[in-house]
Amino acid sequence: MSLYLLRRLGQSLILLVLVSLIGFALIHLAPGGPLAQFTLTPGMSSADLARIAHQMGLDRPLPVQYWEWFRRLLIGDWGLSYRDNQPVLAVIGSHVPATLELMISSTLIAVLIGTWVGVLGALRRYSIFDYLATIGAMIALSLPTFWFGLVVIYAFSVKLGWLPAGGMYTVGDGSLLDYAHHLIGPAMVLALVTVAIWSRYMRSSMLEVTSQDFVRTATAKGLPRRVVIIRHALRNALLPMITLMGLQLPTLLGGALVTETIFTWPGMGRLFLDSIGYRDYPVVMGLLMFTALLVLIGNLTADMLYALYDPRIRLD
Amino acid sequence: MTLASASTDAAVVPRRGGRGLRRFARHRLALIGACTIVFLILAAGIGPYINPYDDLHIDILHRFQPPFVGPHLLGTDQLGRDMLARLEMAGRISLTVGFAAMLLSIAFGTIVGMVAGFYGGLIGSVLMRLVDAVLCFPSIFLLLTLAAFVEPTLFTITVIIAATAWMEVSRLVEAQIRALRDRDFAVAAVALGASDRMIMFRELIPNAIAAVIVAATLNVARAILLESYISFLGYGIQPPVPSWGNMLNNAQEYLVSAPWLAIIPGAAITLAVTGFNFLGDGLRDALDPRLDVR
Repeated sequence: MSLYLLRRLGQSLILLVLVSLIGFALIHLAPGGPLAQFTLTPGMSSADLARIAHQMGLDRPLPVQYWEWFRRLLIGDWGLSYRDNQPVLAVIGSHVPATLELMISSTLIAVLIGTWVGVLGALRRYSIFDYLATIGAMIALSLPTFWFGLVVIYAFSVKLGWLPAGGMYTVGDGSLLDYAHHLIGPAMVLALVTVAIWSRYMRSSMLEVTSQDFVRTATAKGLPRRVVIIRHALRNALLPMITLMGLQLPTLLGGALVTETIFTWPGMGRLFLDSIGYRDYPVVMGLLMFTALLVLIGNLTADMLYALYDPRIRLD
Repeated sequence: MTLASASTDAAVVPRRGGRGLRRFARHRLALIGACTIVFLILAAGIGPYINPYDDLHIDILHRFQPPFVGPHLLGTDQLGRDMLARLEMAGRISLTVGFAAMLLSIAFGTIVGMVAGFYGGLIGSVLMRLVDAVLCFPSIFLLLTLAAFVEPTLFTITVIIAATAWMEVSRLVEAQIRALRDRDFAVAAVALGASDRMIMFRELIPNAIAAVIVAATLNVARAILLESYISFLGYGIQPPVPSWGNMLNNAQEYLVSAPWLAIIPGAAITLAVTGFNFLGDGLRDALDPRLDVR
């Protein structure tokens, strides 16, 4: 197993280098490159620009620049935001919790509802329920998330008045209940896609497990169906879902971005859009790198957890 | 897409009676999908010639007309423009971008996957690790970053959407080509002295085409979704050229007074995306035996 983990770690390091190379390339692709901030300032002579470029090390060979940038990336020096001169990492850090809370709550919904729908679909394969769940999942995956958010706001905030139309807290009210009330809408919208994906994978994972010998053995030795399904089948069917969680991280992050923009949820997605609006490239690039690193680490963690919980992995 | 691996479970459990019902239902869904797409293409293609209203004609006196009551079938927007006419013209743009971005992403993804799968070794690993690396970036973040870099035109929007949608195709094609490369017919072609290019394009790709067609169909759906989102945010197709996404631009503002401004274009996007997803899923079922190359 340690060999497997080491190999997996090595792969992730290679990926990290590649991801950083892409990020570096994108910075230089940006209009004006890293100098954009200064070229837009009126009254800048080309001599000034050349001096700033020299100060920033932009006249050095690209590999040297990359190395310098990569070194800073690792030690957490991600530059300063154009907008308020705050360190990029601090700006991002202050927006991370809101996004994580949103992602975690919608993942919980997905795990609860998705597992139930998937297991039931697998146990009653080809039934009306299974059929409707399949179509439902496909439609859910086809709905534009941002539009679904608008529809939810229209139905639950405008028409019914049950939910607030956006934000995280009502002004002057900072209670947990108020927060939860604001969380329902965006969590529901983000959960739509995650539930659809989770239930589909749960269904096929459950189908795979229930066709295996040990489940038949459990049934044959007279265990109640309930025990067979929950203790034997479900426990094993849930294992590959750990990997799914890792694999779905980019989708979840993208979905969070979309949801946050509709519900003005103050997370990374909002920050990303605001920063693009202000052409605040350091923050934009920082967020891009941050999410990519998050995905990288998420995948690695999922694989390691899987190896930890599934003894069969240790064999190879 | 994500349903891909979820629906390949058929081989795991022995078939039962319900399988027939399900196959039929799926094909009916595919048929519904195909009909929806044809309907949308026709509506966008010839609709504007039938509709008496012009999509750019501003009529302030008759703005915010609700749908289904007046002479404007789907109502009018905040400038009094006919919603149906706008929807049809927007359909032209959105569907065109969807198809064009699909073609680009499929072409690029297939070439990368083909080269990686055929040559393998160092070239293959480098290319496929690159694919892995690009996949680490959530596609919407990548797309919006690129959209902030470029001048938004029909062409650039199409290119950047394709730039964020080719990676899965590469993975798919690489796996197919790698499996096909060692099969007898490919080995025979090598023995006959066919050039690499000949083997790839004449022998391998035709045998992997089923998977590519399925991916292509699903990629249209995805491209339409991505276009609508960045246009909704104002970084995609620029007004006055309408797209389904940018019709939703100001919709949130009028959600209380004129909800149809938000609901109608969104329904069109949903219809198109669902249509392509249904069709792609049905195609995968129909082409299933050839998808399995092992």
